[in-house]
Amino acid sequence: MIEEFSLTEEPKAPDLSHCTAATRNACKLCTPLGACLVFRGIQGAIPFLHGSQGCSTYIRRYLISHFREPMDIAASNFNEDSAVFGGAKNLHAGLKNVSRQYKPAMIGVATTCLSETIGEDMAALLLECRRAIPDLPPVVHVSTASYRGSHIDGFHDAVTALIDQLVLPPDPHGGVNLLPGMLSTADLRHLRELVEAFGLPVTMLPDYSDTLDGPTWMDYEALPEGGTSVEAIRRMSGARATLEFGDTLRFTRRTAATNLAERFGVVRENLGTPIGLRATGAMIEALERISGRPCPTAITAERGRLLDSMVDAHKVVFGKRAVVYGEADLVIGLTSFLCEIGVEPVLCASGGKSEHFPTALRVAVPELPSTCVVRDNMDFADIDAVGKELKPDILIGNSKGYGMARALDIPLVRAGFPIHDRLGGQRVLHVGYRGAQQFYDQIVNTFLARKQEKSTVGYSYL
Amino acid sequence: MPHDEIEILEERRNQVFRKGEGAASGEIACGKRSAAGSVSQRACVFCGSRVVLYPIADALHVVHGPIGCAAYTWDIRGAHSSGPQLHRNSFSTDLQEKDVIFGGEKKLAAALRELIAACTPKAAFVYSTCITGLIGDDVDAVCKTISKETGIPVIPVESPGFSGTKKDGYRAACEAIYKLIGTGDISGISPHSINLLGEFNIAGETWIMKDYFRRIGIQVVSCISGDGRVDEIRRCHGAKLNLVQCSGSMTHLAKKLTDDYGIPFQRISFFGIEDTAAAIYGAAGVFGDPEIESRARELVKEELLKIQPELRRYRKILKGRKAAIYVGGAFKAFSLVRALRSLGMRTVLVGSQTGNPQDYEQLKELCDPGTVIVDDSNPLELAKFCLEKDVDLFIGGVKERPIAYKLGIGFCDHNHERKEALAGFEGMINFAKEVHASVMSPVWNYVPRRANRRQERMAA
Repeated sequence: MIEEFSLTEEPKAPDLSHCTAATRNACKLCTPLGACLVFRGIQGAIPFLHGSQGCSTYIRRYLISHFREPMDIAASNFNEDSAVFGGAKNLHAGLKNVSRQYKPAMIGVATTCLSETIGEDMAALLLECRRAIPDLPPVVHVSTASYRGSHIDGFHDAVTALIDQLVLPPDPHGGVNLLPGMLSTADLRHLRELVEAFGLPVTMLPDYSDTLDGPTWMDYEALPEGGTSVEAIRRMSGARATLEFGDTLRFTRRTAATNLAERFGVVRENLGTPIGLRATGAMIEALERISGRPCPTAITAERGRLLDSMVDAHKVVFGKRAVVYGEADLVIGLTSFLCEIGVEPVLCASGGKSEHFPTALRVAVPELPSTCVVRDNMDFADIDAVGKELKPDILIGNSKGYGMARALDIPLVRAGFPIHDRLGGQRVLHVGYRGAQQFYDQIVNTFLARKQEKSTVGYSYL
Repeated sequence: MPHDEIEILEERRNQVFRKGEGAASGEIACGKRSAAGSVSQRACVFCGSRVVLYPIADALHVVHGPIGCAAYTWDIRGAHSSGPQLHRNSFSTDLQEKDVIFGGEKKLAAALRELIAACTPKAAFVYSTCITGLIGDDVDAVCKTISKETGIPVIPVESPGFSGTKKDGYRAACEAIYKLIGTGDISGISPHSINLLGEFNIAGETWIMKDYFRRIGIQVVSCISGDGRVDEIRRCHGAKLNLVQCSGSMTHLAKKLTDDYGIPFQRISFFGIEDTAAAIYGAAGVFGDPEIESRARELVKEELLKIQPELRRYRKILKGRKAAIYVGGAFKAFSLVRALRSLGMRTVLVGSQTGNPQDYEQLKELCDPGTVIVDDSNPLELAKFCLEKDVDLFIGGVKERPIAYKLGIGFCDHNHERKEALAGFEGMINFAKEVHASVMSPVWNYVPRRANRRQERMAA
């Protein structure tokens, strides 16, 4: 019956290219989401939003749909009174309730557009709460007004806030700090493995590789196991270096790594997100330098196999035109690898405002053709309008580009966040030679499958 | 944390009820604001409005606020349209710091002008969010101006997130819709006509219902808001009866239509065979036309015959299994309890985000002794009771799914994101299939919590 009423032909989408006052199908999320994700990567921590109930519920749903794991976020649940007179009462009640129910090791408080607009003095409010609530665990707060920046800014700001508010004076321990940026759970696991392969103890901040990608449970775990411990964060001042991933961060004056460098003299090693040969190579070199050990043969072998496969299939991907979109640093990493394999990026788009994005991209990928359009602050209407004129063969980015891929009848290779329309979005491996290998196989096979499907002959031997 | 150590917050103790125990005579507290820090599964006022208006497919929906509210509600629902797809876009004024300081009215006006010119919608809804009022924007005035300029209704939706609960958002949406009603031509509407209120065409369910009514000779003037069209809403006051499915969201509108246009309404549900049959008979009986009534009986008989053998097969397999239900509106919970019963299953935990006192009274009557009933619950409580009651199946939405899966419990999505039609007779078969697939999957034999128990049972 449903078939009779269903759409037989999709109506032509309106041309939104001139509607520039509104954001149309945003390629970004709000700042508190990034902060919540970071707090979920701290052992025993619960994220807490100072604002409306809806913010926590929407963010929970969005993250759950990607990670397919529980994602509890508390809220102070503002009402009309708190919007007028301030949310002190609700913050107090909320922290008390969440402490009692979850018994967290830390509470990560992020603000919202509401609490920021009414000008809540979080430091003062939290001090009052600390006085009034006995046994309140450590509370770290971050300012995440959703009208300032996007989710990736909330992510980095939360990491900085953790370091700023928790780290104690140094007690040198010879380990390294790793600030990976917003990556998948598989990425985080692989990065830990790589650093540890050089004999280096590592404190990765954040680390949601277990909390957001764990096994099933025998009993309910209010706060899933895993994550960076508060204790380990406190000791990050004693590390011998901080590896910080993200090309755009190199141009940013204050980051979590500069905080550690300026306050405690921990060496800041800023690197590009290790996607592809070059960026992974740079990370391996840094690890060799820091550890004084040569790269383990198992890793060299992975590199060898990757290169070998790149030779095997170079013709399949050469000259293909790609549109890449997502968070600035992820796009830079993906673009770098695409250029290494001979795919031509024609549009590199970031959804958030990132003034350093074009510069950082050109520096990281000097061979990127000057004709490639590089722009920040794009929404999907922009990406669609600019992208389709460039006649791409493939889209690379999160699942929100599916509509565009469908309209252009080109494949979408899913990477980044969110991936809401496939299983295992949280386990997509982007980093290291292993990640590049998986990504490469996927791109090659996507083109092969496409050719096969569109062929009138349908060879089974390619 | 062992589940028996999970504490019910003091503020929430009167929102948890066990049938057939101490507090049985007392009422379940409900309709309260969610306790701060309780990790409520509810959203906000904006969500309530957005969810009700979203399926109106030829209207422009613009969210006036920072990006989050629009981004999180972009094309997430399975509310189908048979024509325009405008509703599936996410338009936001994406307020920035300078807008917060200097105001966002100009940006909103420009956004509306451009989008209305490009998309030629039949109407526009402008949702206010938490900070719209705080920064002093006069959304009503902007809407009036743009409406005058463009000649289409531009309707403000009063939905700042903090200004109440999701229910207040439903009400704001009803008020917004009501501004359209009464403005269309009602000539040519059959004396045997209805509106479907609170039906959102998830996975094409409205179409199942429309087919039933067409077959028995009843005209559906407007469905609000599934596969919704502005022009249909404008003339819906010409219908003779309103059928209200999602009563939590649309009773307000139905009452207004009774008060102002004298249109009676019935609360109905198209989930489960009993409720579907009751809904069809109820509507058919209103018009005093024996032919319609006889066609209704024929239809129910015919549809039941089609599905009963398969249902019987599922019932045999599922008999005695235990289920938990946690949904947005309580009225859906009634249907689910009955639908599960028709599959031979028992509901041992049931709750809703927005039930009212009458809803909970009815639930108490409907449920078996020992059933736990919860209002505005949270993950910890839901997990606690799922484990205590040892359920085989959980029916809820995206936020409840991982609670079930982590504990090795089957799960069925009965929320707006789902892509399976569960309404009507054919929906009942889809539902049974899904319940069956979920409960009987061999994966539970390998999930440690359930696998151990199975081994223990076998050893005993």
